[in-house]
Amino acid sequence: MIQFSKICKRYPGGYEALKNVSFEITEGEMIFLTGHSGAGKSTLLKLVAAIERPNSGSIVVKGQNVSSIKGGALPYLRRNLGLIFQDHKILFDRSVFDNVMLPLQICGFDHRESAKRVRAALDKVGLLKHEKTSPIALSGGEQQLLCIARAIVNRPSILLADEPTGNLDVDYARDIMNIFNSFHQVGVTLLISSHDESILRQFKGRVLALKNGMLCP
Amino acid sequence: MKNLLVSHVHVLRLTLRRFLTTPLSSLLNILVFGIALSLPAGMYLLLKSVQSLAEQEVGTQQISIFLSMDASRNEVTQIGKQLKQHVGINEVKFVPRDQALEQLKQTTGLTDVIGGMEQNPLPDAYIIYPETSDAEALEALRDELQKWPNFEHVQLDSAWAYKLEAMLKFGLLAVLFLAVLLSVALVAVTFNTIRLQILTQREEIEVSKLIGATNAFIRRPFLYFGLLQGLMGGAVAWVLITVSLYLLNSSLSELTHLYTSNFALLLPSVGDSTTLLLLSAYLGWLGAWLSVAQHLWKIEPR
Repeated sequence: MIQFSKICKRYPGGYEALKNVSFEITEGEMIFLTGHSGAGKSTLLKLVAAIERPNSGSIVVKGQNVSSIKGGALPYLRRNLGLIFQDHKILFDRSVFDNVMLPLQICGFDHRESAKRVRAALDKVGLLKHEKTSPIALSGGEQQLLCIARAIVNRPSILLADEPTGNLDVDYARDIMNIFNSFHQVGVTLLISSHDESILRQFKGRVLALKNGMLCP
Repeated sequence: MKNLLVSHVHVLRLTLRRFLTTPLSSLLNILVFGIALSLPAGMYLLLKSVQSLAEQEVGTQQISIFLSMDASRNEVTQIGKQLKQHVGINEVKFVPRDQALEQLKQTTGLTDVIGGMEQNPLPDAYIIYPETSDAEALEALRDELQKWPNFEHVQLDSAWAYKLEAMLKFGLLAVLFLAVLLSVALVAVTFNTIRLQILTQREEIEVSKLIGATNAFIRRPFLYFGLLQGLMGGAVAWVLITVSLYLLNSSLSELTHLYTSNFALLLPSVGDSTTLLLLSAYLGWLGAWLSVAQHLWKIEPR
């Protein structure tokens, strides 16, 4: 499903975020990406979604070579991915409902069908009662849930989550991990990064540990 | 296909909402479009009105030849035959001096004055209709006839109309120049408006790109905005022109009545109106397109 071979990523200025990283994730796996802050977790996730490009090596996602993907094909790759960001990237100029609606509008879905899907996604994360409110009124944990609802409304086969439980209290973190676990059970491939290993121990999943840009054996 | 239509309708609604979120600046932009376009378009219509007047006059080409008073009757008929044989002349009409005097009496109503005259002051005249309607050829013909014996005066009746037409052509060129300059200004205005919009919607653009929006999807609302703004500006220009021409016509009718003429300024035709609307919509679209092409690629998610 996701294959990294000999990936090196150096940022302008010379900082080497990833050094010769190779791994493979098969369909339906739940992977935890761990490591200290600055170990290269975010960079690795950005490479999967082609937000950043590697300096060398190749990345294959769903049979498509992402490291050399053309600009025109990029949107269609990202529609297969659900992206969950640590900083949520929620739009505050529209309601909770409209935030989740955005990916479906982008894909050109029929309005009535999309409304059904949006409500289903909001129900899944427990935000249905807030559909008409502005995201500003939501707590940090709820905003993270909203971000998850937006990522899953498109029913992607791969979910990428960058520190989804960072800055959240234990209850919210457990809720979120439970939601991820339920996606894992229906066959979604998940790649979740976290610096907090204590929460990961409660769930079954392969761990990829990064240290100073290298994969620990 | 249906999805595409749905998404276009959605974008249209979104664009209209954007107009409403910044009503004052949208209104001002539309007014700028309207006023800037009404200037050259209105001047063009004025020139066209005058031009149609000139064309009416130029329509029938004729040269009047006034013979000298001392030409004998024999010479006069001889000249008539010669004129009829001339290659460049289509038709020859003879106006004897007595008939000319009679006409003068009837048209001017100066019967008493003319009746009091001892002799007819008018010469015999020929009115000829030349083959050509080309201004230069007509002038050449006039110069040629001027040299004939017994011709007192040869007059090209439509000479003034040609001069007017030449001036109008120059005027139209000036209007065209003005229109081009103002069009560039309008493109620049739209460019800037869209640039500001892109900057304020930076976040939305970034997120949209992250969740798989194509460039066309992101571009569409901005292009629609430019197009609609231009279209509405064109409509404002049309209203400005039509209303002011209507007002001008009503005061002009008093004036032309005094000169027993029925000259009126032309209102914009369907073709003119369509051209105006299409052009202004295109200018808005072009400004938006240039702005989007310039600024959108700089916004890449990090």
